[in-house]
Amino acid sequence: MEQKTKISAEDGKQEIVITREFDLPLELLFKAYVEPEIVEQWMGTKVLKLESKKHGSYQFETSDAKGNVVFRANGVIHEFSPNRTITRTFEMENTPFGIQLEFLEFEKLTDDTSRLNMHTVYRSVAQRDQILQLPFAQGINMAHNRLQDIVSKLR
Amino acid sequence: MNLRRDVFQAIADPTRRAILLLVAAQSLTAGAIAANFDTARPTVSKHLQILTECELLEQEQNGREIHYHINAKKMKEVADFIEPFRKMWDDRFNKLETIMKKYKTKK
Repeated sequence: MEQKTKISAEDGKQEIVITREFDLPLELLFKAYVEPEIVEQWMGTKVLKLESKKHGSYQFETSDAKGNVVFRANGVIHEFSPNRTITRTFEMENTPFGIQLEFLEFEKLTDDTSRLNMHTVYRSVAQRDQILQLPFAQGINMAHNRLQDIVSKLR
Repeated sequence: MNLRRDVFQAIADPTRRAILLLVAAQSLTAGAIAANFDTARPTVSKHLQILTECELLEQEQNGREIHYHINAKKMKEVADFIEPFRKMWDDRFNKLETIMKKYKTKK
């Protein structure tokens, strides 16, 4: 089966590109990035703030079952063009991973399908490689548990 | 304590990755593996235990010796270190798709 989400991370480069085709009209795909309640659902995090406009900013926060904050991220939106582009920074707070720059491009394929191209630029090659390995690190972000679920299903 | 080990946690450690590379070339005894590292023998044993528990390594009795060899099937699952990252996004995007499909029919 062909993979729906493709990732390209060339050796020695400080960037990655993630591409995904969606069985959704472009407008709905874009909406999923703009409406805070929807972002919360698929990102699995609480959205404290999401100002979808040029010079706007956003803030995500995830707590564990006991209410301790385990993950907090924020960024600033530099470019916001509905159904086309979002350019923004992304920073995980209280981690050594630095700030990354994300270029999100939304594209219409047919009336019912669309594509997202997510180009992320890191400060250095080392930092990129560290972040790619993040899901390996125990307890750093919420992706881990989900990964574990996926892996256990493979067994 | 015999917790089921997490395979990604297992390969996050540089020594354990080095052990896997070593054993990938040929099956070896614990002693032969330890000889390749400056680390204390019990530490290497601990690493071998973890790798065996998460099924990346398998033990094989050869007479009086135990040889460790790679579990190719398990290794394949984690061979590409980008894969967990890709899966993380794939999982999120699958969710996005499901949510928005419902959203569409609701309207």
